[in-house]
Amino acid sequence: MFCFICVLVSIICLLPLVNLGAKSLSDSEFLIRHEVYLLPKGLNFDAYTKVLGDAKYIRSFFWTAFLTVVCTFWSLTITALCAYPLIYEKLRGRQLINIFITITMFFNAGTIPNYLLMKQLNLIDSPLVLIVPSCLSVYNMIIMRSFFYGIPDSLRESAEIDGASHIKIFTSIYLPLSKPVFATLALFYAVGRWNGYSDALMYITTPKLYPLQLLLYNILNSINSVEVATQEGFTTPGLGEALKSAIVMFSTIPILLIYPWLQKYFIAGATLGAVKE
Amino acid sequence: MKKERNEVKFKEKKVKFWPYMKRYWQLYLLLLIPIVYLAVFKYMPMKFVIIAFKDFKFNMSVWEMPWATTAGKLDVFKYFKKAMNVDFYNALRNNVVLHMLDLFFGFPAPIIFALILNELPFKWFKKTVQTIAYMPHFLSWVIIYSLALTLFAPSGGFVNQLIQMTGREAIPFLNESKHWMVTYIGLGVWQSFGWGSIIYLAGIAGINPELYEAASVDGAGRFRKMWHVTLPGLKSTIVVLLIMNLGGILGGGFDRPFAMQNNLVLNVAETIATYVYKNGIKGLKFSLSTAVGLFQSVVGMIFLLGANGISRKLGERGIW
Repeated sequence: MFCFICVLVSIICLLPLVNLGAKSLSDSEFLIRHEVYLLPKGLNFDAYTKVLGDAKYIRSFFWTAFLTVVCTFWSLTITALCAYPLIYEKLRGRQLINIFITITMFFNAGTIPNYLLMKQLNLIDSPLVLIVPSCLSVYNMIIMRSFFYGIPDSLRESAEIDGASHIKIFTSIYLPLSKPVFATLALFYAVGRWNGYSDALMYITTPKLYPLQLLLYNILNSINSVEVATQEGFTTPGLGEALKSAIVMFSTIPILLIYPWLQKYFIAGATLGAVKE
Repeated sequence: MKKERNEVKFKEKKVKFWPYMKRYWQLYLLLLIPIVYLAVFKYMPMKFVIIAFKDFKFNMSVWEMPWATTAGKLDVFKYFKKAMNVDFYNALRNNVVLHMLDLFFGFPAPIIFALILNELPFKWFKKTVQTIAYMPHFLSWVIIYSLALTLFAPSGGFVNQLIQMTGREAIPFLNESKHWMVTYIGLGVWQSFGWGSIIYLAGIAGINPELYEAASVDGAGRFRKMWHVTLPGLKSTIVVLLIMNLGGILGGGFDRPFAMQNNLVLNVAETIATYVYKNGIKGLKFSLSTAVGLFQSVVGMIFLLGANGISRKLGERGIW
């Protein structure tokens, strides 16, 4: 019985994607007649060729990929810089720093103050606004810190006695031992950047700098307006649907290809933050 | 692990400042960037909160702007009074209602799923189901909404076609308030139940197997063991997560409601986050929307602190 429920649950999870995938591969004729269910009818790759041939999507795809990579590296660096010194119990001012960090978890200035800050810093419509402001998540920092706590202090202390500097200890002891937590947080940050669109919606006005998700959002919300539809090449409603499905698949597949390989790590990571000790 | 550390703690002599800094300056150097980052991007925006009490002027700095006035008289709470209108109450109500519904349906789902997974006989099967169930968590709300559009479209949507096949009328899943709410909550559960189960699975793995053996000896079946061993073992995790979830009642992100709402369902779909965005950044009513945002931040913080306090009082761990 439990197996049956699980199979059902898996089907419910996969069904929407299968349906969409089928539509993206189908011929427009069948789509207009609403005859596509789970398998593509009139199999063809027209929609994909069209998406791949459109410079706008390709550029946005690579732009988002680039952003994601840069963002992930930068965020991991900042997170590690924050987490590592805080595991030293003897560090003076540690309590103060902890309070300083904790306050940001409870009080958020709000959307408009953040917007005005970006304006003041001249970050509106700058690519940097998609990388810098979201680079440190305190929750992720706590996950990393919990992981560092799990590494025996004696390793650090013996290295200290041998005269290693703290930075050296970090790079040659903590970093190699912390691959699982780095993999987990890399996934969290990367998924967050790849899937995020609200910051671009608020701070970016140049369409060239739109990440893929915002582009997709605009397409979904303008698909009904005739003017935009002709601009986007949705002249025939059937192809429009295939094209839309193809764009969605196109922006989903990278993550679907990556996450199963990291499953082992993120399961450990997701539990670290919550059940410490 | 913390205990081990405490055992080997030696009484240290108070080291003087300079020798101490000579030994530890590198750590402070490392901390410099994160601290500057937090100061700039988390603390600096706080000064703009003050415009909730001022008349916003585009060409002035925050400090120069005049305090809010009504008919020539000083009235710093002008924008708060102005903000207390029907639209805001609507957004506040939606925020609370959607959150509570999410909690009611979304909270038990991962627990039940974890209990079911725990009973699966084959390891590979369990792993496959898990991988599939985690998948929705990795999709963005824009993508989930587009999946919903193809699946639930009144004409040609897969689900509605099935419904029509049985001779019933198509259901406007996304265009009618009540149905939209069902879809919204349903997709929320769909997105998060698999991911949410991770923490409970870890909790289950930590339960002493002897308890199960003892229960078997006493003649307990599957469901009795779930009820009398597994669930009590998960109790503390469940309590903490529940309280924390309640603490976030005024939070609620921006991405999900904004991606899923449309003009036909705004009366139930507008939350505070989307309301602030539309009035502030789109509508340029900066003072008014900052006032709304400040209300949300302050009340939200009280809830969070309260939740944290209760969680600690119960002897559990708070979020810090």
